Amino acid sequence: MKVTFWGTRGSIPAVLSAAAVRDKIAIALIRAAGRDLGTSEAARAFVERELSFPEGATYGGNSSCVQVETGGPDYLICDMGSGARELAVQALARHGPGAPQTYHVLMSHLHWDHIMGFPFFTPVYIPGNRIRIYGCHRELEQAYRAQHCAPSFPIDFTALRASIEFVVLEPDRPTEIAGFRVTPTLQNHGGDSYGYRIERAGKAVVYTTDSEHKLDGRGEIERVVAFFRDADLVVFDAMYSLADTMSVKEDWGHSSNVVGLELCQLARARHLVLFHHEPVFDDHQIHQIFQETVRLEEITRRDHPVRISAAYDGLVIDV
Amino acid sequence: MEVVRKRVGGSVVLKPVGRIDLTTAEPFRAQLLAALADLAAPPAAVVIDCAHLDYVSSAGLRAVMVAAKEAKGRGLGLGVAALQPVVREIFAISRFDLVIASFETVRDAFGTLDPGAVEHLAGLP
Repeated sequence: MKVTFWGTRGSIPAVLSAAAVRDKIAIALIRAAGRDLGTSEAARAFVERELSFPEGATYGGNSSCVQVETGGPDYLICDMGSGARELAVQALARHGPGAPQTYHVLMSHLHWDHIMGFPFFTPVYIPGNRIRIYGCHRELEQAYRAQHCAPSFPIDFTALRASIEFVVLEPDRPTEIAGFRVTPTLQNHGGDSYGYRIERAGKAVVYTTDSEHKLDGRGEIERVVAFFRDADLVVFDAMYSLADTMSVKEDWGHSSNVVGLELCQLARARHLVLFHHEPVFDDHQIHQIFQETVRLEEITRRDHPVRISAAYDGLVIDV
Repeated sequence: MEVVRKRVGGSVVLKPVGRIDLTTAEPFRAQLLAALADLAAPPAAVVIDCAHLDYVSSAGLRAVMVAAKEAKGRGLGLGVAALQPVVREIFAISRFDLVIASFETVRDAFGTLDPGAVEHLAGLP
């Protein structure tokens, strides 16, 4: 199983400014002083090996979109944030417009940042493609149609040429999708959201974004831990600090790195991926949160290690 | 986890010993709120002496936050003191160090929160 992150930012896309790019270049030039970097290979190796991630790269800025490779011709995608546009570019480059594909889309919820990529997901305009959109909200189809018409968008939903189907799932009932056993579960978020446990051949990925895990009440904790149990990868909404989720941003519907790690430790999950980054944060701030989470895992580990990653647009993880 | 409670003038010191995690956070929260309920009026305070606290989970930190909100609503003081290295790091990583008053010693805490209690601190650092 391979997981590709096409959009990792929370709430709204956040682009890297010209000033931020210049800052990165300036730091790289200072670090490179006196080096022999006469070839692109040498320069690239220097960037990858000797600059920190926020100095030499970026966590990126597209909103939520994650692909779980099926191993077959079909696609399985979690959410249709703005990262879906780049996914579409890569898919069409790979297959060409004349080779119809089937895209299965699991929707955490219907807030704008999770559906905004759909009008720019070019397979929807190509006859022969099949798009199946799954979710637990009864307003699933309504939300997609509402953003895809005047005055918000110049092309009406009825003009799309792909076959588009909406499938309302029942929470906590496993369903076979693209060769995976997919189980949605209710999460705490304004208007509700749903996490997905995606399983096949003894491997499990949990996609849990836009969820405020309060760990308040034994029954709820046990329910969530069971959902995460022994997962190989947990993609987790770590948008705010723990203090913020309990004070100024309480009931805003998001979680923290601290709670993500605790849940993975309790559930003996193997790999925590910090996801849905706060759009206010720059690359250095997100990297600091990543490093702090690595440290927190070190000082709180008992008998079960948890690997930590911070998602960025373009990250690929083998599960 | 055990919590030692000591009256200091009109204020209270709570000293948790061991780990505050999912299983112990609820009794810790109950003791925190009970200690606050026993305070008469400002500038009385509850100081959590963390000298023998080995670990605090998010549930334990939630208990501290709930107590801090309660204290603020009544104009009372609440702070933590003598954080040991692991708990100090947890406070920093969770950003609780930005919202909960933290002091090097219990004496420092009362010096700021309830100076009148300092003379009652015999035997406490």
